[in-house]
Amino acid sequence: MTKIQKGAMRDRFSKVILELAEKDARVYAVDGDLANSTKTDVVANQKPEKFLQMGIAEQNMLSVCSGLASTGLQPWAVTFAAFLSKRALDQIQVQIAQPRLDVKMVGAYSGLLTGLTGKTHQALEDIAIFRTLANMVVIAPADNVEVEKAMRAANDYDGPVYIRLARDEYPYLFAEDYDFKIGRAVTLKEGTDVSVIATGTQTSRTLEAAKQLADEGISVEVVHMPTIKPLDEAAILATAQKTNLVVTAEEHSILGGLGSAVAEVLGEQHPTKMLRIGVEDRNAESAPNEQLLEKYGLSVSCMVRKIKDFYNKA
Amino acid sequence: MEIKQLETRAKQIRSTILETIHHAGAGHIGGPLSAVDVLNYLYFKEMNIDSKDGRKENRDRFILSKGHSAIALYTVLAYRGFLPMEELTTFDALNSRLQGHPDMTLLPGLDMSTGSLGQGLSAGLGMALGAKAQNASFRTYCMIGDGESQEGQIWEAADVASKYGVDNLVCIVDNNRLQQFGWSDDQVTRNAPLEDPSDRWKAFGWHVISIDGHCYDSLDQAFKEARETKGKPTVIIANTIKGKGVSFMEGAYLWHSKVPTQEELQLALTELETEGMEG
Repeated sequence: MTKIQKGAMRDRFSKVILELAEKDARVYAVDGDLANSTKTDVVANQKPEKFLQMGIAEQNMLSVCSGLASTGLQPWAVTFAAFLSKRALDQIQVQIAQPRLDVKMVGAYSGLLTGLTGKTHQALEDIAIFRTLANMVVIAPADNVEVEKAMRAANDYDGPVYIRLARDEYPYLFAEDYDFKIGRAVTLKEGTDVSVIATGTQTSRTLEAAKQLADEGISVEVVHMPTIKPLDEAAILATAQKTNLVVTAEEHSILGGLGSAVAEVLGEQHPTKMLRIGVEDRNAESAPNEQLLEKYGLSVSCMVRKIKDFYNKA
Repeated sequence: MEIKQLETRAKQIRSTILETIHHAGAGHIGGPLSAVDVLNYLYFKEMNIDSKDGRKENRDRFILSKGHSAIALYTVLAYRGFLPMEELTTFDALNSRLQGHPDMTLLPGLDMSTGSLGQGLSAGLGMALGAKAQNASFRTYCMIGDGESQEGQIWEAADVASKYGVDNLVCIVDNNRLQQFGWSDDQVTRNAPLEDPSDRWKAFGWHVISIDGHCYDSLDQAFKEARETKGKPTVIIANTIKGKGVSFMEGAYLWHSKVPTQEELQLALTELETEGMEG
């Protein structure tokens, strides 16, 4: 049996942000005193003139980024997803999203698995929050390769982008020559019985669940949706028309995230029976990763059970 | 001679603000009138700007962080030639470039979108850092209100600005000591309890200059001193009078955002004109 190659998203993020800071005169890394967690510290250590420490003050940090961007620079604001999406929301809306300034926002430590930190550090609402902002691009990569591709695409794109990263290791899903495009979904596995549209870290768990369901005779199509905004509506409609049963999967609240975005498209254009897999309408807690995934319904075994029930009842 | 011109124009600007608010049937008055002299000085004397090219790369930047005083900025921009004077009649109207609060995407000459209080100084810090990063010579000016300074973000920005020693950033506090409803210490005036915030800014590591914000000689000296100050940002506490220039509006918190009646407008315009003739 071959060993699955895994990698921590922040390691690849670290490599790419340093390269961008070195090669692109516009790029500045802006920190909220978490650089050694998010691994933005590589810029502070190796390219200090491209690193701006803003201290523990996210509102100022994001407004400063708008000012920097207005002078032609491309600041990358990097902090935990929870603080980025909630503490600085008004600043992001007024000074970055509405004027469509070229600020990149990287939410490290997103979702449920934030390293035994619990309710204050988990970000289960960030996709929902960012996708309601006009002009915002929202990307949740699934593995290290996609992290790098998303960062390069964001660097080339003129305007505000939110990229959601995870803290821990994830299996590699994509080859290094993967052709990522903002706003384009990727079908990772063809299937005929039920479609699962997944994003971010939940995509690798979805693929594992699909494998187990195949053993039980259920053919699952897995569509990975790295960009939640702008949404690849054609890909959603195509898979829905094929299987007529759509499940969404995300390490995020079931309210307002990918599940809601897909439901909006299908509800208006191709009403389809749906199941949203994500964290239910409740707050989470601190605990080891596997226990959190199990309790909050995102583990592979939870997904297998939920998808099977959904398929059998349909 | 130059100061005389500034003073004459200030009266015209104040009259135009009142006429525009009366025409729009909405908007703020007290704050814009207290800010007029600083804006007039900045746009006609201090800042390196080009009304023909509002987005010129090395222009000096201005942020009206107290965005609800937008009409004062629009009026000064109109006198400075950034927009036709007639356009002021579109203030607050649908599809107008002159939104209730400044929108930088609409009008060249507006360097930052504002309106949600407390955010502008941070953006100014970003611009000042951006200038330093690119070895650009432009300077950044940001006007905040004393009421606005209740927002914690102002002090986040103040703290980081002094850490970075951005001597190309000037903050002007329009210290009129009145806000929308204010403080109950004095039921009649509702003045802010703090007379002068100089000590706070000093504690945050800024070079502080406290002046009469309606006196052009003082403004002249203060902005010169700011230019000469190296290694730290400068804050100019412009001690002003809310509703300045119209006797029955001065110091009255109710004129924060009140539309004058036809009679009140005439009275105010007459006062401003008479004062002009005396001067």
